[in-house]
Amino acid sequence: MATVAPSRVRTGRGVEIPLLLLALTLGIGGYALVGLATGGALPAGFGGYAATLAVIAVGLHLILRWRAPYADPLILPIVMALNGIGLAMIHRIDLRLDARGLTAGFGDRQELWTIIGAACAAAVLILLRDHRTLRRYTYTAMIVGLVLLVLPMLPGLGVNINGAQVWIRVGPFSVQPAEFAKIALAVFFAGYLVTHRDVLTLAGPKILGLQLPRLRDFGPIVLAWAVSILVLVRQTDLGSSLLFFGLFVAMLYVATERWSWILIGLLMFAAGAVLAANVFGHVGARVDVWLNALDPEIYNRDPGGSGQLVRGLFGMASGGLFGTGWGEGFPDLVPYANSDFIMASLGEELGLTGVMAILMLYLILIQRGIRTSIGLRDGFGKLLASGLSFVVALQCFVVVGGVTRLIPLTGLTMPFLASGGSSLVANWIVVGLLLRMSDGARRPAGEGGGGLVSTETSLEVVPGDAEPRARDRDVTDTGQFASDDQHTEVVERP
Amino acid sequence: MNSPLRKLSIVIVVMFFALMGGATWVQFFQANSLNNDARNVRTLYRDYGHDRGPIVVDGTSVAYSVPVDDAFGFQRTYANGPLYAPVTGYYGMYSLSGIEQAANTVLNGTDDSLLLARIRALFTGAEQQGGTVELTLDPVVQQAAWDALGDNNGAIVALDPNTGAILAMVSKPTFDPNVLAGHTSAEVTAAYQALLADPSDPLFNRTIGGDLYPAGSTFKLIDVAMALESGEYTPDSQVPAPTEFLLPGTQDTYIRNPGGGPCTAEDTVTLTYALQVSCNTPFAALGVEFGADALTAQTEAFGFGRDLEIPLSVTPSTIGEDLDPAQTAMTAIGQFDTRVTPLQMAMVSAAVANDGVIMEPYLVAAERGPNLQLTYSASPREWATPMSATTAAQMTDMMVNVVENGTGHPAQISGVQVAGKTGTAETGLADDVAPDAWFTSFAPADAPEVAVAVVVEDGGQLGDEATGAQVAAPIARAVIQAVLAE
Repeated sequence: MATVAPSRVRTGRGVEIPLLLLALTLGIGGYALVGLATGGALPAGFGGYAATLAVIAVGLHLILRWRAPYADPLILPIVMALNGIGLAMIHRIDLRLDARGLTAGFGDRQELWTIIGAACAAAVLILLRDHRTLRRYTYTAMIVGLVLLVLPMLPGLGVNINGAQVWIRVGPFSVQPAEFAKIALAVFFAGYLVTHRDVLTLAGPKILGLQLPRLRDFGPIVLAWAVSILVLVRQTDLGSSLLFFGLFVAMLYVATERWSWILIGLLMFAAGAVLAANVFGHVGARVDVWLNALDPEIYNRDPGGSGQLVRGLFGMASGGLFGTGWGEGFPDLVPYANSDFIMASLGEELGLTGVMAILMLYLILIQRGIRTSIGLRDGFGKLLASGLSFVVALQCFVVVGGVTRLIPLTGLTMPFLASGGSSLVANWIVVGLLLRMSDGARRPAGEGGGGLVSTETSLEVVPGDAEPRARDRDVTDTGQFASDDQHTEVVERP
Repeated sequence: MNSPLRKLSIVIVVMFFALMGGATWVQFFQANSLNNDARNVRTLYRDYGHDRGPIVVDGTSVAYSVPVDDAFGFQRTYANGPLYAPVTGYYGMYSLSGIEQAANTVLNGTDDSLLLARIRALFTGAEQQGGTVELTLDPVVQQAAWDALGDNNGAIVALDPNTGAILAMVSKPTFDPNVLAGHTSAEVTAAYQALLADPSDPLFNRTIGGDLYPAGSTFKLIDVAMALESGEYTPDSQVPAPTEFLLPGTQDTYIRNPGGGPCTAEDTVTLTYALQVSCNTPFAALGVEFGADALTAQTEAFGFGRDLEIPLSVTPSTIGEDLDPAQTAMTAIGQFDTRVTPLQMAMVSAAVANDGVIMEPYLVAAERGPNLQLTYSASPREWATPMSATTAAQMTDMMVNVVENGTGHPAQISGVQVAGKTGTAETGLADDVAPDAWFTSFAPADAPEVAVAVVVEDGGQLGDEATGAQVAAPIARAVIQAVLAE
């Protein structure tokens, strides 16, 4: 494969500007339309809202120019667009809640969380000069992740909201630690797997053609995963446990390249799901709701009825192909219309067209994450980028699938869209990490900032003058040799 | 690690395609059934939130939406609600009826005829507005009919025999649509349940539906039409007129005349006279002579058994099926299984008035878009031709004779020839339930302007034809006078 080295690598910062303008138009324009549709004028606080979004976009763009000039130019605009659309919808639902005399103010809180989240992303970009630094904290991350998961179960700290014990009270705020735990665990899995991938792949008994790892290599990771799953089941937060499970299996597959892990994972998941449906009443109820949502008996069942789900379906159906338009629907008829069911609300007001567009935005964002992962030259980064991307993908799948009755409904939030500070801030941190890693992936050789810090295994492979393997080459390969991630080949000695 | 990454990215794409499929399934393929689900209040909210067009009678809105400051935005209001309720129906939280239902798409602005208006609204950013429905009702005639019926239960329908335009449609007891158009679910539900449980059935539009009525002696008009149309009879033909008519196939069951007396001193009477004094026995004999099939054919020629939308659904009138001769004899005097709507009996008179042609009855004169441009205008259509013009002319004279010299004399108007026929229908429910009093008529006889049918429930006294006429004929007379005074 011939490589033509471009004379100048485009940073992508120039492309980012019009895309950011487009993203701001979506969020700010949406909110303007809400006001015009409901009150015939721009909504109160519109100026502040528009300024907030614009300042965040400009600020992050400048920070990228300064700290991560080669970062992927699509990630930030997409996230700004999603966050803006979410804010507009949350504000829009606030208007209705206000009119009905219910507690509102979610929009203002979400704006504050957006600022905090964007600040966290900026902090990641500024403080973390090289994502590989995180590898040093592999075991710290594990402990942090597990502690975060256990926190809500501590008496006096945990709060039970809507039947899920997944919150802790910190001063005036309720925080969902699981959202942050997913980042910590992704870091831990990436660090652990990159160190142990060879032994996980090769050493161990073979059963039924499945290559199993040795228990001692596999122990810590299974322990971490099992604890997290158990904790989540205790807290009745099925969505998150599904998320961690998926993250774990996907990262294991990427690290070991053995699809048998996916098979084992699916089998374990199926067993767990059947068990959970039979043991936990509320899980069984969810399955019932999923299968017979429109059954009047199940519709009216309380608790555990399908009323919320079906009302969400009604909303999306009344939106139809093109939606009612911003501010013209009745999204507030669905409980939690601005958090768990924000996709149904958007489906109602923006129609199938809008839902498709939003899903495409997510898909592009996630694929840019995977793209980053392919572009990176260190195993840790590859695993972390793909793990974080997959978590976002899985979260979208679980939420939208639940709302559209593709799969049973679980209580997860739509990244960047849904009202909720923990989810928003955590996902902004994910974005910060992805931006940092994409900078590393797209940075041409010879530019500073991407120095070799460490290598993967204790056995350092120093490549000679040999051509790098085609398998590890990539269209954007800048010609630099892959310094690690070479598969150790076991060669039979004659 | 790149090959599993590529596979992972394919898995992610598949996941998202599944989501897009799910969304498409809900928002496109299932959308219709979800939107029509009774539990989906959005469809209703969306209608409530728009400015629904008015229902107009002679330039005045009888049903209209006023902006209010609540979740719905608009409150449907009925001026003179009880008077027009049988026609307008109600625009309720959970159901619609009457014109509100039949012309719903026009009123809420989604009708195809309003497409241009909708496109215009799309570009001007205007709120979707409903169209206007203009009714054929004449408020003066409607009010006169309402007043004339007084406190009786019953129904009145008046129409223009030349066009089929319905001028008045009154049904009592009635209800106030305003109580069903409220915005408080609990109150509306309670009101609706109360109306539903009311034994007097106020939600029925008795002119075109409900339980229908036995036709009584007004049915004799159909017998006469059948006899004249056969060519074997003229108005002056002699028909047998026994005091008692033994039902064929029975030993001791007789049909007697009203009051139980003889028709005249003679054994036979002319057809004209039989109609004039409303003898039962000659018509029972005619029914047996012609047979069930001929009678059924004649009723169908008048429109019995035919579906009709005016645009409210009219329950088809019927005389039952598989009649033996005894049942046919009873049917011929409007008893046994005859069940007719007042509208059908008005159409019988209208056929006589309009040279044997029934024009299709209609309530909607015109529809207009939000900017008042005409989107629909009614054009009268022939609906049925139950008799020749000759027969119609002969029957006109016979019906004038009924009012001038016979049972219909309470309907006389000085200076105007009124043509009509009385009826007293045994309801057959129980002996102590008084029969229904009927009167169907048109006027003026030489240049008809209106055909009216009146039914007053429990109005007549048992078996006394003349007294039945005493109740219903003056009511018809009042309606005719209101039309002629216009």
